[in-house]
Parts: sequence; C-alpha cells; structure tokens
Amino acid sequence: MRQQQLRVDPVACSGHGACAELLPELITLDEWGYPVVADRPVPSGLHREARRAVTNCPALALALARVP
Amino acid sequence: MPDTLTIPSSPAQPGGSPAAGGGGLPRLLPPAGAAPADLRAHLARHGALRYAGGRGRLTGEVAAAGLTGRGGAAFPVARKLAAAAGARPAPVAVGNGAEGEPASSKDASLLWLSPHLVLDGLQLAAEAAGAPSAVLYLRPGQRLHARLAQAIAERAAAGIDAVGVALVRAPDRFLAGEESALASRLAGRPALPAYRPARGLPRLAPARSALVQNVETLAHLALIARHGAGWFRQAGTAAEPGSMLVTLHLPDGHTTVAEVPLGIALADLLGLAAGQPGSGEPGVSCGPVPVQAVLVGGYHGTWLPAAQAARLPLANAMLRPLGAAVGAGVVAALPAGRCGLAETARVARYLALESAGQCGPCFNGLPRIAAALGHLAGSRPDRRAVTDLERWAGLVTGRGACHHPDGSVRFVRSALRAFAAEIGLHEAGRCSGTDPRPFLPLPADPPSSDADWS
Repeated sequence: MRQQQLRVDPVACSGHGACAELLPELITLDEWGYPVVADRPVPSGLHREARRAVTNCPALALALARVP
Repeated sequence: MPDTLTIPSSPAQPGGSPAAGGGGLPRLLPPAGAAPADLRAHLARHGALRYAGGRGRLTGEVAAAGLTGRGGAAFPVARKLAAAAGARPAPVAVGNGAEGEPASSKDASLLWLSPHLVLDGLQLAAEAAGAPSAVLYLRPGQRLHARLAQAIAERAAAGIDAVGVALVRAPDRFLAGEESALASRLAGRPALPAYRPARGLPRLAPARSALVQNVETLAHLALIARHGAGWFRQAGTAAEPGSMLVTLHLPDGHTTVAEVPLGIALADLLGLAAGQPGSGEPGVSCGPVPVQAVLVGGYHGTWLPAAQAARLPLANAMLRPLGAAVGAGVVAALPAGRCGLAETARVARYLALESAGQCGPCFNGLPRIAAALGHLAGSRPDRRAVTDLERWAGLVTGRGACHHPDGSVRFVRSALRAFAAEIGLHEAGRCSGTDPRPFLPLPADPPSSDADWS
C-alpha cells in the first residue's frame, strides 16, 4: 500500500479542532485553534484513526493524500 | 493604486548601447527620452510580430533562451508553455499586469511605454498554448486601461492579432496577481487565493485552465520570437540570462524604473560606494547619502545590511543562499536616519491587512506579528516581543493556501537580522531614526479588511 499523509485545506478549515481530538498522535492545535499536522506519513497503526479524523472534519478540510 | 506612473530614467547601464535589435539595453523600454510607442513606432523599432507557426512551436527557443517568469517566482517559462501546449481543452492565455506590490511600478511603466510588445507576447503565448482567446489582467488606473484599450483597437484595425484580447481590471489588492486569485477573478468570483493541492496550470472552470505570464515576461517572449535565444543571452548571466525591469527606491527618495541585465551588481544598480562621504568612516553611501540597508525583492523580500548588499549581484544564484531573491525586481536602499524597525512595522501592518483572511494561521498570525514589530519600533520594548515574533513566524509559515504568510514572514525575519542593532538601541530608549517621514511606499488609503476583492 502507498504511504499516505494528512493534508489540511487551510481555506476550508475553520478551526473546529475535531481532528486533534481524534488523532492527537499526528495533529495538535496551534494557539489559535488551527491544526498543525505532523510532517510525516501516517504510520500503519493509525490508518483507521486518520480516516476517522478525515470523515469527521465538520468543514471537510482534512484529507489523506498519497505521499509523492 | 494611484493613477500615476514612474517614468523610467536611464541609470548606468553596462552591457551595451541602446540599439534596437541588438543585445544592448534597453530592449523592452523605449530609448531614454523617446515617446511611448504606438503601433507605428513599435513596428518601426521591432519589426512585425513573428508567429512561431503553431501550437508548442515556440517552446524550444524559449527553453534555449532560459527565460524565467518576471512576476517574482522566476519559474522557467518553457515549462509552463509545454504544460499549456499539452493541456486539453486549450488554456486561455493571460497576461498578468496586476502588480499589486505597492513598491513596484515596472509593469505599469512597461505597459504604458511599450504596450505592443506585451500584446505581441500575449499573442505568442496564445499561439503556444493553442488558446482560443486571451485576457490582459490590469492593475487599476483609468489612463492605463484607456491606453491598452486603444492599443488593442489599433491592432484589431491592422489585423495583426490571431486571437481577441479582453481587458480585465484587477482589484487594488496586494494579492490580486497571485495566480489562483487571478484565476478566481477571471472565473467571475472575487480575486481571492485558492487552495491548490495539485500542481499545474490554474483553472478558470472545471474544463478550462489558464496559461498565466507576467506582462514583462510576455514582452521578453515577443523579442525572443524575433531575435532568438542567442540574442536574449547576450545580456545577463549564463544561469540567469536576459534583462529585467527593476523598480528602484533610491535613498534620496527618488523612485525609478530601469531595465538592467540580470546579475548586475547591486552596488552598480544603486550607485553604492564604500565609505561615508566627507569622513574616513566605514559604511556604504549612495552619492552624499549614507545607506544602512537594502530591501531586495519587495514586501515579500529580504532586508540586507548595506555592506553585505554592496557585495552582491542581482542574481538568485547568490541571493537564494542568503534567503533572498530577485523577485519582481523591487530594490530599495534605506538611508541612514530612518528607523528600519518603524519602516518594517508599517509594511508588516499593511501586509496583515492584505491577508485575504481565509486561512486561520495567516489571519491570526500576521496581525500579531505586525503588532509585535510595532512594539519593537517603539521606545524601550520588551524583548519577549522578539520571542513571540519568532514563534508566530514559525506558526504561519507554510500554512496558507498562498505564499502570503511565507513571504510576509521572510520580510519580517530579515528585518530582525538586519536591524538587530536597532532593536538594542530601542531597548535602551533610543532610536537611530532622525527623519520620521515614511520611506517605503504604501497605498494612501489603508485597506480595510473587507475591502473589495473584485
């Protein structure tokens, strides 16, 4: 399977913060409540959690993209 | 943008005589003292527009010339042309003359003085892309629009254009010319930057992309088509060939547009000399005026201490390792007696207000960064402002849909380095500034955050 990485659409993101609650291993919030995503591929043990964070983003701003 | 123009002068121009058709400069601008070129004068100087003879035909010559985009990013033009030639359906050709940077007036000067060279290049870009139509996206200014409308009409009457050209007015915003903002404006929406995870040509509609080139880039294209890659390379360096237009802000307060070879020494460009006039003290001066720092690349650019700048060429090969870049050719020499922190704080506030407000980190970070700089520019600032600045700078970098946060932070961080001694002075309750007048140009009316983007 190709490696995947989380990407935030910064225009769509409105800082709900759901992603950081669902995936604290890879996403933290900055001091204004916007997600800071770890700059590394999603490790194999966290794929289910990553997909859940993507589908639960209220702004549909989070995506899983193939690592080029 | 005020409806005014900076009429180019002719500073020292090493590299040749101003003979049209040769490698000498100026190439794009009329020779010093000559009137703006109408179609007849244009044809007399440059000869007829030479089409390449089909889609994709010009790409090889442009690749050999090594032409890069003159809008700021210096992207290889041949690669964009190749992408456009392969795009289906054919993209729309767009000349980008938004020039939202308040310190730049080179595009307006070029459009005013040599409109037909730009329009020639736009036709060539359209041909290279197989474009069915073309757009000239212009910064605000009634006189400039009237002139370009007249030039387009002249060409239509002469029957020299292969595709029609529509004039579209850009909003008076710093980011109006950002490629995705331009695409949004041409699609009939506000000129706001968009998130584009995929590379490639920007899209005006799901099935229509755009080949966007800065207007100066188009003018170079028009001359490469006439004279070839070898001629183009007679100016500039092997790695960065050709000439480019620059907007110079000289320490005596004068602004001028000039056409210079890439790789020209900044010392020659600005007339910098070592030493303070009338004394044996070290330093750098421009004529009788001591210079403390040089801003290279405009408001997304980089402050360099004058002594360092005086040893550097206007070339990315030497500037990029220092975190600087030629950009769109804005170079400003800050005289002694002006506070570099106050100058940077004023511009940082402008940049914060020019955030489109779409991305959280930019919307939240830039105003805080600007406020911290304003604090440092005051008397006896708290040193923690520097720590805050560094943290916020790290937080906004790379987290916007466009390059605005990154460019703004590059500018601010370079000020913290170039004016480190000034911060120390301010902490001691002093300031080297003796002249409170603003030096770097900003729009007269500060933008409001909900100002018109269309």
